[in-house]
Amino acid sequence: MDIDRLERFWIMISIAVLAALMLAIVYSVRGFGVEVPTDVGQVDPRTARETEPFNQPGVRQVGPGHYEVVMLAEAWRFEPSEVRVPAGSTVTFRLTSLDVIHGFRIPNTNVNLMVQPGQVVEATHRFNEPGTYHLFCHEYCGAGHHIMDGMLIVER
Amino acid sequence: MSAETGPATVRPTRLSRHLPGGLRPGPGAAPEQVQGEGAERAERGEAGGLSHLDQDRGHIMANFLLSFLALLLGGLYGPLQALDKMGINLYPYLPGVYGSYYLGLTLHGVGLALLFTFTFIIGFLSFAIVHGLRRPLASRRLGWAAFLTPLAGTILALVPLLRNDATVLWTFYAPLRAHPGFYAGLVLAVTGTYLAALNGYLTWRAWKREHPDQRTPLMAFASLTTWTMWVLASLGLAYALVMYLLPWSLDEQAEINQLLTRSLFWFTGHPVVYFWLMPVYVSWYTMLPAQVGGRLFSESLARLVFLLFLPLSIPTGLHHMFSDPGITHQAKLVHTVITFGVVFPSLLTAFTVVASLEDGARRSGGKGWVRWILALPWFTNPSVAGQLLAMLLFAGGGITGLINASYTMNLVVHNSLWVAGHLHFQVGTASTLTFMAVAYWLVPLLARRKLWRPRLALVQVWLWFLGMAVMGRGMHWMGLAGAPRRTFLSMARYADFETWWTAGLLTGLGGLVLAVSGAMFLWIMAATLLRSERAAEVPEVPEARPLLPVKHMPRVLDRLTPWVVVTVILTAIAWLPTLVQVARNNPLVPGWRLW
Repeated sequence: MDIDRLERFWIMISIAVLAALMLAIVYSVRGFGVEVPTDVGQVDPRTARETEPFNQPGVRQVGPGHYEVVMLAEAWRFEPSEVRVPAGSTVTFRLTSLDVIHGFRIPNTNVNLMVQPGQVVEATHRFNEPGTYHLFCHEYCGAGHHIMDGMLIVER
Repeated sequence: MSAETGPATVRPTRLSRHLPGGLRPGPGAAPEQVQGEGAERAERGEAGGLSHLDQDRGHIMANFLLSFLALLLGGLYGPLQALDKMGINLYPYLPGVYGSYYLGLTLHGVGLALLFTFTFIIGFLSFAIVHGLRRPLASRRLGWAAFLTPLAGTILALVPLLRNDATVLWTFYAPLRAHPGFYAGLVLAVTGTYLAALNGYLTWRAWKREHPDQRTPLMAFASLTTWTMWVLASLGLAYALVMYLLPWSLDEQAEINQLLTRSLFWFTGHPVVYFWLMPVYVSWYTMLPAQVGGRLFSESLARLVFLLFLPLSIPTGLHHMFSDPGITHQAKLVHTVITFGVVFPSLLTAFTVVASLEDGARRSGGKGWVRWILALPWFTNPSVAGQLLAMLLFAGGGITGLINASYTMNLVVHNSLWVAGHLHFQVGTASTLTFMAVAYWLVPLLARRKLWRPRLALVQVWLWFLGMAVMGRGMHWMGLAGAPRRTFLSMARYADFETWWTAGLLTGLGGLVLAVSGAMFLWIMAATLLRSERAAEVPEVPEARPLLPVKHMPRVLDRLTPWVVVTVILTAIAWLPTLVQVARNNPLVPGWRLW
């Protein structure tokens, strides 16, 4: 096949750019430790309220400076909808949905999850700055989707 | 090429030094350009005229008209959604269920992303196959069936949609459960694309019998490659609809595996982007260069680009599900790598299409390293200007797309208004504005009329570009500032309109400009069909010739079967483990109507 010299040059540039971007992704995982959700287990939405850990939604300390937040999502609220943790703590969020697909987002953090019936989803984030963080559902879940929200309060 | 009478001193650029006789500028090209394709065709000893279009003119036009109707219906709610992003809520003024933000949003997504694109593409690819092969479609009946089936599907889906029985958005994720008519309508719309594809293959087979040992003309080959990509890619969606969603909505199945249907949706949901895009490339590669008096830089690479979309389009869908539970890191990473691979053919396109445009610009007097760009008809030809402007925003959308696909960085933008901004640059501009620009020459040609008020058409494409650039800027910005997508923001407590004010203003104003531009397009089309004068002569179809003579082309660049085999293998590797795991592990759940 005839490939023009300039075009061959362009092809090499294209491959180099894409390879560099791939390396940046690898670095973000290895260097910064950014994690996306993975398969961490299933739970039947009809019996989730009776199943560990979702039978006790809320905050609990699981180690020094490490908290676990267990939340249930259902149309159109989070349970609990207000969570308090001390500043500087690492928080692991563990959620599932009781009905349809919901989302879970805390802006300005890497917490960005799909909350689905049948699936447990997890994310961990360290909150250094005290303040009030809004959290909300970001996947359409019916007529009241936009009122499904909550608060995370990071105390001094 | 006629004798060179151009300016005596032409400083050749690297490109023009390099190409034999290719990029000589000057009025030398002008006479040839005026006579256009007719002269070139005469050169090749082909008969002029468009009699090969006679059989299929009707159903191609019918599909275009259906697509314009979908554009109208889908576009209606657009400005209201844009104003909502600046905190202005006009929904209380609408009657009954039509005051529902989410009904409007479903109509917007289904009408534009699915029905408008499907029906326009059926018409356009049918045209490109007929003209590329210079023969009518194999079956006129099948041609009409490829219009009547999506028409029936549109009606079937719209009735429950407009009665608020299918307010599930265009992604219809289970376990939200819509009226069966909605799913059945979508099945028919997809079936329409299959019928058009089948007709294309039958036509190709007939052409090959009539022309043994000839290479398939690029316009037709690119169109058939597009159909093949879509037929393979849409199997996920078709399987989810027919095997799960439809029976479940009819109470034949009590429960559903929502993660399986969601995964099957995204099996098709990313490659559908290339189904929106590849017809655009058919125009940019095989038609647009001729519209600016240029030639296609490299036919071999054009073929390679189209063929690469086959294996690389489908094993990418998990990059829409990075934030999903139940799917492993490993599978998500495999799809990330292949997603970066599918950027490659679009980077090749950036070179080949721009070099083809440069050829045209130089032949009509363009000079300099960059100044030749100004020699393109930005302010005179609405069809060319629309496609050039579409390319500009497509480049921006390509970059934001790379960000979306970047595994970890996706956490910053997933399900935010940023993603909706990206989508509006891609399907909303690269595809939609190109389709509008194509319609400006193709609809008059099929209707044998002159385009009504070309100056107005020029204003229309510029308004679309400006409106989308402004709105897209606002949406990307708001998304980064924390605004979620597909949300009735003016009624949300967490909406921070004080911080979002400027971004929201851009979104709202851009949306209003787009509404004006969209209305102008539909008005120009209606006036062209109803009020414009009949064309006196048979117009030319722009068809780009290759710049360099094709000396040697591997046979694999004129065949689809080997590429289909590679596609199936790669798709199986990338998708089967995830689909099997999700089908086995994920609990079944009941359906809900929550609107």
